[in-house]
Amino acid sequence: MTIAAPAEAAPRVPNAAMEFARRQPLGAISFVIICVMMTAGIFCEWVAPYDPLAIDFVQLLGAPSLEHWCGTDAYGRDICSRLIYGARTALVIGFTSSFVGSTLGAILGVASAYFGGRIDNWIQRVVDILLAFPIIVLALVVVAAFGRFAVAGIDVNLILAIAIPIVPRVARVVRAAALSVRVMPYVDAARAAGYSHTRIIFRHMAPNVVAPYLIMLTAFIAQAILAEASLSFLGLGVQEPTAAWGLMLSGNAADFYRQAPWMILFPGVAISLAVFAFNLFGDSLRDYLDPRFKV
Amino acid sequence: MRSTWMALTLLGSALAFGAGGAVAQTPKKGGTLNFAISAETAHYDCHASDTYATLHFSSPFYSTLLRFNLAKFPEVEGDLAKSWTVAPDLMSYTFKLQEGVKFHDGTALTSEDVKATYDRLRNPPQGVVSTRKATFADIGTIETPDPLTVVFKMKAVNAAMLEHFASPWNCIYAAKDLAANPAIPRTKINGTGPFTFVEHVKGSHVSGKRNTGYFKKGLPYLDDYKGIFTLQAAAMLNALQGGQVLAEFRGISPAERDRLVAAMGDKIRIEEQSWTLNLLIAFNTEKKPFDDVRVRKALLMAIDRWGGSQGLSKISTLRSVGGVIRPGSPFATPEAELVKLPGFSKDIKKSREEAKRLLKEAGVPDLKFTLWNRNLAMPYTPAGVFLIDQWRQIGVTVEHKQSDTGTYLATMNAGNHEVAIDFSNLFMDDSSLGLAKYLSVTRAPENRSRSKDAELDKLYDDHMRERDPAKRKALIRAFEKRLFEQAYQQPLLWWHRIVPTHKVVMGWEMSPSHNLGQDLAEVWLNQ
Repeated sequence: MTIAAPAEAAPRVPNAAMEFARRQPLGAISFVIICVMMTAGIFCEWVAPYDPLAIDFVQLLGAPSLEHWCGTDAYGRDICSRLIYGARTALVIGFTSSFVGSTLGAILGVASAYFGGRIDNWIQRVVDILLAFPIIVLALVVVAAFGRFAVAGIDVNLILAIAIPIVPRVARVVRAAALSVRVMPYVDAARAAGYSHTRIIFRHMAPNVVAPYLIMLTAFIAQAILAEASLSFLGLGVQEPTAAWGLMLSGNAADFYRQAPWMILFPGVAISLAVFAFNLFGDSLRDYLDPRFKV
Repeated sequence: MRSTWMALTLLGSALAFGAGGAVAQTPKKGGTLNFAISAETAHYDCHASDTYATLHFSSPFYSTLLRFNLAKFPEVEGDLAKSWTVAPDLMSYTFKLQEGVKFHDGTALTSEDVKATYDRLRNPPQGVVSTRKATFADIGTIETPDPLTVVFKMKAVNAAMLEHFASPWNCIYAAKDLAANPAIPRTKINGTGPFTFVEHVKGSHVSGKRNTGYFKKGLPYLDDYKGIFTLQAAAMLNALQGGQVLAEFRGISPAERDRLVAAMGDKIRIEEQSWTLNLLIAFNTEKKPFDDVRVRKALLMAIDRWGGSQGLSKISTLRSVGGVIRPGSPFATPEAELVKLPGFSKDIKKSREEAKRLLKEAGVPDLKFTLWNRNLAMPYTPAGVFLIDQWRQIGVTVEHKQSDTGTYLATMNAGNHEVAIDFSNLFMDDSSLGLAKYLSVTRAPENRSRSKDAELDKLYDDHMRERDPAKRKALIRAFEKRLFEQAYQQPLLWWHRIVPTHKVVMGWEMSPSHNLGQDLAEVWLNQ
């Protein structure tokens, strides 16, 4: 008689997404909001009920209704459609600025940590100077100095204006992480093997600071969206008639918000929700990836 | 009957509102007037400017030969001129100057200063811009028989010459300053006006204090004033509401008016009038494809002005549809004739079909270009948004580029724009002024279309010499028809002026132009 050995239970492979949702429920909710926003931004041509630029003076300052869910603005334009298209503006400028700023910051941070000595000292003093300016102030200076330069409808200078203040902030955080990597034996081994500085920085050090980089990247998307909205509100960001949340809060919204409060209510909610979602997602990602929180 | 009641109601309102400031009261001396200027001038030179940003900044420091009597507009009165005589054939103008007038630096004013000023206006030296060159082209010679007499001898008759001498842009500069450096008025102020220059803090304010040696005895009433640059309309309204500024003399939108009245009740005075100001669409004829009349015409034909005026008048200072002369004024083109001109059809569907056909024929069915505009919210932004929407409807894609007044003017003066929202900033209704902007760019540097059209120039000159009103009107119509058929530039809409002042501000007179009456000499504070 042979007794069949009990079948070995297949090891449970934890689903990373489910695990994240279980451990960081607020982060998961934020992620859903981000996904909704991204979907709206990417597919706005199909999702938006109206052309966001189409003027209809008959519908001027119309209250929210079944026809226009979020009402209409002072030109009779559908606010809901402008919010949906505005998500694209926010995401394009938010993602691009944050990506450019964080990536440059990460490279600078790793290089600073790797070379050390006078190079590190010089880089960090420049970082100190840039850190002295609040993001919005530095962005204002850059926009005022360089004006506007649009490529394919995207204001490159606006993206740079928002990206530049991100660089020193990321550089400082990534440098801290890279300093501990620099003293690892495999970095010494790479040096001893005669690898170039570029190879050591990009192939051996950079992959080990990806976690703080990703966290900073997501956190700064929120800051970039807020900066874009603030600059547009101040008349230095995107220009009318482009659909952008900050712009929707300025201009003639200031004239008509008493008789048409929906003109500022919905863009305000959209900005708050987006910033809240990206910030919370960034925090949750940090907590999730931090080994100390897994204990 | 209904119209009688309406007239009575309007009269009553006018008495109740506007006359508030007109009730005879003894002016009080002293005090500081803070007022808002919603754009900052790029320079101080009245001769080179078209924008109120310069005049609201510079007027209190300067005098002019004549000026308009705003209580009896468009009647003219003397400013530096004590008296004047006009030859019956209109070929010579003799002015006797006030005695004892001094520039702020202490130099006595003489007829040589008037001559030097007008020489600069009509024939600016190399490197100096005078946007009034065409206006004063009819002056042949300027003679100064004695220090207090100046005689203008004309090359040709200009029926509106006296009004041109009253232009607020003709700030009188000192001859010795101009001799030292003809461009000096751009950066240095030395006038004979009621206030002396104190400071210009860029991005913040300009201030002046009472000129104790002002030639009009007892004036000005104010000790000093501060013109505060409030580029954001919301900031200007908040400042007005909070009393940080007591007036905005240019004009506000209907929504802004309603907000102020609701918030301030009887503390604010609102005065309204049609405005000698319009926004223009100017195509740079030196740039492709705007050198093609079909493209320019198509873009004008796509605009539904009649529908747009109804909507835009609710949210901006734009209101009336009109040609080159202010609607409602004696030489204006009646609606029945206007609708026959390109860009003014009431059948917008048919007009847009024709516009698409013209673009296709010109080989640019999906035209793309940049529209240059000022970054003034009112009414430039609504105008830009409206135009972009109108042009989208014939398949045209437009990038909207709004910039500060300095950059905007520099771009247009250099001819670097493709299409621009320009403005025709007049101070009276006379056609010699209204049509001058459309002359060939060689004669009128303020022509932003940079067109050169000998036929238009000839029609203008003929109309200037014509003293029979009926014939003059016919020549204006012919000029307008030629201009719109060639579609170099065209008025979008004419403005409606709404001026808010705190009730304590007295002595300021409302007029159809925001360029007039800004020397502040007779303004006083009832507090």
